[in-house]
Amino acid sequence: MESIHLTKKEKKKLIRIILAISFFVVFFVLDKSINLANVFRGEFNWLLPFFLYLIIYFIIGYDILIKSIKNILHGQIFDENFLMVVATIGAFTLAIYRGIIGETIEGFDEACAVMIFYQVGEFFQSYATNKSRKSISKLMDIRPDVANVKRNGEIQIVDPTEVALDEIIVVNPGEKIPIDGIIVSGQSSLDTKALTGESMPREVSEGDEVISGSINLTTTLEIKVTKIFYDSTVSKILDLVENASSEKSEAENFITKFSKFYTPIVCLVALILAIVPSLIWGNISVWIYRALSFLVVSCPCALVISIPLSFFVGLGTCSKFGILVKGSNYLEKINSANIFIFDKTGTLTKGNFKVANIFPKEKEDEVLKLASICEQGSSHPISKSILEFYQGEIDENYTITNIAGQGIIARNGNDIIYCGNEKLMNENNISFKTINDIGTKVYVAKNQEFVGSILILDEIKQEAFEVITDLKDNNCKAIMLTGDNEIVAKNVSMQLGLTEYKSSLLPEDKVVETKKIIDTKNKNDVVCFVGDGINDAPVLMLSDVGISMGGVGSDAAIEASDIVLMKDDLKGISLAKKIAKKTMSIVFQNIIFSISIKFAILLLTAFGITNMWLAVFGDVGVAVLAILNAMRVNLKQK
Amino acid sequence: MRKVYNLEDLDCANCASKMEEAIKKIEGITFASVNFITQKMILEIDENRFDEVIKKVIKTCKKVEPDCTILM
Repeated sequence: MESIHLTKKEKKKLIRIILAISFFVVFFVLDKSINLANVFRGEFNWLLPFFLYLIIYFIIGYDILIKSIKNILHGQIFDENFLMVVATIGAFTLAIYRGIIGETIEGFDEACAVMIFYQVGEFFQSYATNKSRKSISKLMDIRPDVANVKRNGEIQIVDPTEVALDEIIVVNPGEKIPIDGIIVSGQSSLDTKALTGESMPREVSEGDEVISGSINLTTTLEIKVTKIFYDSTVSKILDLVENASSEKSEAENFITKFSKFYTPIVCLVALILAIVPSLIWGNISVWIYRALSFLVVSCPCALVISIPLSFFVGLGTCSKFGILVKGSNYLEKINSANIFIFDKTGTLTKGNFKVANIFPKEKEDEVLKLASICEQGSSHPISKSILEFYQGEIDENYTITNIAGQGIIARNGNDIIYCGNEKLMNENNISFKTINDIGTKVYVAKNQEFVGSILILDEIKQEAFEVITDLKDNNCKAIMLTGDNEIVAKNVSMQLGLTEYKSSLLPEDKVVETKKIIDTKNKNDVVCFVGDGINDAPVLMLSDVGISMGGVGSDAAIEASDIVLMKDDLKGISLAKKIAKKTMSIVFQNIIFSISIKFAILLLTAFGITNMWLAVFGDVGVAVLAILNAMRVNLKQK
Repeated sequence: MRKVYNLEDLDCANCASKMEEAIKKIEGITFASVNFITQKMILEIDENRFDEVIKKVIKTCKKVEPDCTILM
């Protein structure tokens, strides 16, 4: 059981509420049993109940009174405080008027009750929002406080921002890694849960890159700093989370617009209700009473708090699972996203290419040796797989030229090595033997002479099957864009059951293809691009929702995308969609619920079917229920 | 220049959106977002007129919601 923690302000208010309620109960029971108005008889019999209830009114409402006077001086007329004051003082005045003209005295209790309820509601709102704010900021508690730097053989404790590149920092067990870097000594496991949502600790040792924000679990590590604090992962993530709420969703904008008109209109109707019917039918006190009840319901608080709160809890829930969403508008968009464009390598497939087969014309070793010369220094996954496979020495005396979409040409004097796809061979008029197997093929030739070919395979991610099926069940299109050839693309597409695929694309073609999809989509379609964040920043920016995966460590990806899956797991997409759906349905419920209850109460009040008690429920009760509903976004997801 | 400020005692959600509206109207502010839930205010301020503009922002805040203070 969590302890209830209240701020000073909340405590003070709680005491006032309890005090006011106790007084109220005593006076109310007295009033109903012996009728306070009958204690003293005569013209001024209303004075006793008036003063008793006035005490309660001041206890509970003095701050509201002061605030509304201040706001009036500042020209804020439709302020909720002011409206409450008008409604309650109006009720008081009405009761006095009834007392003076000799009718039964009623209304003092109502005025006090309205104020008490209002304050209870305010108290609850402040408590609930504080609580969810705290629980969510706790989730993102990754900010490191200090760094232990090794300087001149001593360990100094400094602010993480003061650590320079290449300095050595020491991270003890239980501490957070403050800055990104590479382990120079030590072996330990890291808790990256706050960053990626992954609960399994990560084993690390010398030479491994580590990211800030992870917690060192077992033994002390010495880390060489590779990025300054402001460029470190933790800074980037905090920046993203803190700015998350700057972009507002359509639902939130609707509420802002709605509330702008709602309050003035209700007040205007109240004014008309107070004057016009009483001119026609008389009985002015009845109509004024109804008009005052209107004012009680005139604050759109229920909506104004609960809608952003729902989104906030939704965003918080996402970050709990290592899904960073840059704004509530993206949560709204991912919910309606129905066209998903996937990058292939590293997104749908594992991206760990392996040499599967070698087809030499003569010697197997020669093929690998020549290919390695071309691929040296390249970080492309295909190059890496070849370099990994080849264990011999590499001649470094070649000048290497990269030909986009074809491959690599390496020159040394008169020697020219070609290493690439069919296009490269055809362009250079080299006759070669094609392979019909599925996979990525690398053809190797030297001095116009075909040497052999290498077959490289990439595995489809296990969860890709699940996620694609899930998307298709939700009537979403899944399109794959890849630089790989037709056969590989078709194979992956068939296995996963994709709607469509585009193969043999250069990086700039991907932008063109995405643009095409965006230009031809229907008005209500929302296009979402999913990539690993490497080289696809333009496409991430272009699409309605850009999702990058395994983005931790790649700050370009974090900047370009709207949603970052910190864990390299496609299931984050289904999860984000699920949370978004839940959030949006709660947002929708709250809008419909609050607005319809308010209008119903207004209508019933206008016809005199209800009283101020119900009106105050319409204001406070609806707000409380809407807030409780908003918090459900979080509760149901474990 | 983008700046994030923490707010203290911002008590009502409606006031937050009113504050946002009012701040957006100040000259030299290109973007304003007041978040009731995170109690934060994000502003894009014209760098050349920072001091002058931020003074106006503080004044506007006080006007709309007297209880609320901007933590600098």
